[in-house]
Amino acid sequence: MLVLALDTATPAVTAGVVTLDDEGPRLLAERVTVDAKAHGELLTPHLRDALAEAGAGMGDVDAIVCGVGPGPFTGLRAGMVTAAALADALEVPAYPVCSLDAIAADVPGEAPLLVVTDARRREVYWASYLAGNRVEGPRVQRPAELLAELGSVTRVAGGGVSLCEFPAAVEVVGTAQPSPVGLVRAAGSPVLEGAAPAPLTPLYLRRPDAVEPGARKRVSQA
Amino acid sequence: MTGKVVLGIESSCDETGVGLVRVDNSGAVELLADEVASSVELHARYGGVVPEVASRAHLEAMVPTMHRALRTADLRLADVDAIAVTCGPGLAGALLVGVSAAKAYAAALDVPLYGVNHLAGHVAADTLEHGPLPKPCLALLVSGGHSQLLRVDELASKITEIGSTIDDAAGEAYDKVARLLDLPYPGGPPIDKAAREGDPRAIAFPRGMTGPRDAKFDFSFSGLKTAVARWVEARERSGEAVPVADVAASFQEAVADVLTAKAVRAAEELGIGTLVISGGVAANSRLSALAAERCAAAGIQLRVPRPRLCTDNGAMIAAVGAHLLLAGSAPSSLELSANPALPVHTISV
Ligand SMILES: Nc1ncnc2c1ncn2[C@@H]1O[C@H](COP(=O)(O)OP(=O)(O)O)[C@@H](O)[C@H]1O
Repeated sequence: MLVLALDTATPAVTAGVVTLDDEGPRLLAERVTVDAKAHGELLTPHLRDALAEAGAGMGDVDAIVCGVGPGPFTGLRAGMVTAAALADALEVPAYPVCSLDAIAADVPGEAPLLVVTDARRREVYWASYLAGNRVEGPRVQRPAELLAELGSVTRVAGGGVSLCEFPAAVEVVGTAQPSPVGLVRAAGSPVLEGAAPAPLTPLYLRRPDAVEPGARKRVSQA
Repeated sequence: MTGKVVLGIESSCDETGVGLVRVDNSGAVELLADEVASSVELHARYGGVVPEVASRAHLEAMVPTMHRALRTADLRLADVDAIAVTCGPGLAGALLVGVSAAKAYAAALDVPLYGVNHLAGHVAADTLEHGPLPKPCLALLVSGGHSQLLRVDELASKITEIGSTIDDAAGEAYDKVARLLDLPYPGGPPIDKAAREGDPRAIAFPRGMTGPRDAKFDFSFSGLKTAVARWVEARERSGEAVPVADVAASFQEAVADVLTAKAVRAAEELGIGTLVISGGVAANSRLSALAAERCAAAGIQLRVPRPRLCTDNGAMIAAVGAHLLLAGSAPSSLELSANPALPVHTISV
């Protein structure tokens, strides 16, 4: 089956066309631009161009897989509403994937893994994995707090790694952002089975910054 | 069935709007559906629109609102011939949701996409109620975010700003004065209601930008708001009760007076015979009554769409799309992006 994979939870605008069968996902074409301000502009053209390179059209798409964060607010929604609208118009399912799971899915091996991405405002999003399964997270925290909390880390992946001061022995593996194949792999067997997808709910992990107004400010001099 | 179906998507502020219109070759634009999901209640406790809250609500509401509109019109997505979307002006994060959705729908359905100006949408709203606009006409747009006088020569291609607020928008002044009077948000409707019991001549509040040296067609509402605040505070200091109805009526009179006086003067000086008033504040009872009175005296035809079409909605955006289609305008590229500061003369991008 033909799967359209997309993610806008990191500074990358990620679009890919993946073929999926019993052997697993295989990349046919991808378009990736790293520009945190370009999600709105480039995502749909990237999807269209990747499909064209794969020799396919929108009508050939059987399923969509979409990273649902955690990601710094605005760009994340561009990807999610794109996935929702495409699924609606093409009448195909759209499967949500935690974007950190998609990064983890690209890292081979059973050893413990920590995935960290940039949450901006001097914080990181993270989740930890054992034998490919998420055992903690996703959470948002300051790097120092994360390091203090996590006793031992041996392998790390994701674009937030450089924001944390990991001990020199820690091995950096994997990619900075989810890949189309990682997204499809993380979405798992429901895609191939054509199971009903879970709702496309964004993982914001933060409440909106908004303050309720306090007492009225006076304009007259007392 | 003849004619083309245009889908309109609006998400510039706190309303997720999806509208459908049908346009035929004669230029008639028929309203088929106008569905709106508002997040206004989520913003009420903050006393104004919180961008992140609005953006989150747009993402949740987009597809359900689309389905409601299609159901109302008894159409399927496959029946849509073109898509129009607000690409500015407005809140960046909010616009992004509508623009991204519109691009995905256009790509999936393989139909042309038009990124359009929200303000042109407010003008086009009137065509859904009263038919084609005479050329030229004058439009007074008054909402929570905008207060502008526009000369509209051609809805699809030529709109010129001839005046605008130099500080607060008219709706914003209503919202701020409502807070001073302990009335709920949004402030327009409760002030309008309170004013009915009050005396509009009780307090002489200033008419901003009406001095001989002031720009003839620009507005200012920030001084008015401050004058109301001073007056209310003086009352409170003296221990007297604040006469809410009189303050509301006198404030409302000042707003309606300035807006209508400037609009009528502009129409007369520019020799334009029709005034359209649109935007959320057009729902104000005193504004429409005074505009009707003054337009009648000046021999100007007044057009005000029903309140439902005055506030933000997707049908007005579909109507702009319909006019672009009729005019044979080039569609936007799929690289279209939101422009929070899109100038009013850029009707489509
Ligand atoms: N009856 C009324 N009188 C005055 N102002 C009103 C009335 N009804 C609504 N408003 C004002 O209209 C604004 C909302 O209009 P809308 O066109 O939806 O605006 P925006 O696009 O700026 O959000 C609010 O500021 C509200 O207080």
